[in-house]
Amino acid sequence: MNPENIDQLDRLDRSIINAFQNGFPLTSRPYKKIAEQFAIPEQEVLERLNRLQNNKIISRIGAIITPNTIGVSTLCAMTVEQNELDNVAQIINDYDEVNHNYQRSHQFNLWFVVTAQNQAHLSKILDSITARTGYTIVNLPLETAYYLNLGFRI
Amino acid sequence: MLDNIDKKIIRLTQDGLPLATQPYLNIAEQLEVSAAEVMKRMQQMLDKGIIRRIAAVPNHYKLGYVANGMSVWNIADEKILGYGKRIGQLPFVSHCYQRPRHPGVWKYNLFAMIHALDRNQVEKHVGTIAELVGDDNRGHEVLYSKRMLKKTGMRI
Repeated sequence: MNPENIDQLDRLDRSIINAFQNGFPLTSRPYKKIAEQFAIPEQEVLERLNRLQNNKIISRIGAIITPNTIGVSTLCAMTVEQNELDNVAQIINDYDEVNHNYQRSHQFNLWFVVTAQNQAHLSKILDSITARTGYTIVNLPLETAYYLNLGFRI
Repeated sequence: MLDNIDKKIIRLTQDGLPLATQPYLNIAEQLEVSAAEVMKRMQQMLDKGIIRRIAAVPNHYKLGYVANGMSVWNIADEKILGYGKRIGQLPFVSHCYQRPRHPGVWKYNLFAMIHALDRNQVEKHVGTIAELVGDDNRGHEVLYSKRMLKKTGMRI
């Protein structure tokens, strides 16, 4: 653990986050329910979560959607010439349907995720990317997801 | 299956629940329905598995987990379910997915994203998985990220 970050995160912060990793309360005052569990005021839970979110230690508290239940997505791999990498990445990033794009150290050096409302739209985007970049896409859609049940504990 | 209100609830909650005393009421007001209606629909989506869970999404990088490696494995199809479940439960694996092989192009069918404090630790975790899979491992690689070129939330 990076010491700078551990300072920003005390035991209570961790306990609060871990406590609801497996089920944030669906009640009218969820933060109050969490607060009661730790015998602290509701306002303190809100302040702590606010700080953790502002410090970007947690990116959000929200619904995690099961992949491919609404919309469809796929992981794409490409082998791009080194000197064309920035250009190709730029073309790909321009699509709103592309939500992740990473350069990786491998023969397949560009990895991106495309998400669309349906299969037909997804195929259209992949065809369009191939046409505009001139590179073949290795299409790696998710077939089965194996989940960690409890969420990442911090 | 999902109507427009469900989709709007998903859209509004995906960016994060409001940090207010009554977050569901806050969402309900934007949709002009009751808070009870929002909670009922979210519970239904949880029951149906459309929402996997409601939780805090940690930023691994900020927590000090600055090394991530996408480990990819070639595992016999008939055994992948068992190994997938076990690998998906390892504490250092955030995503574990089965994906198709492309003969002659791509031979790996299991992807496990590993988060660690440094690259040595990633390698150790890879070793743990390799040990778990044992002789059923027909080859694996780790792809380290060199640059993040884009990362945004899913938009539907």
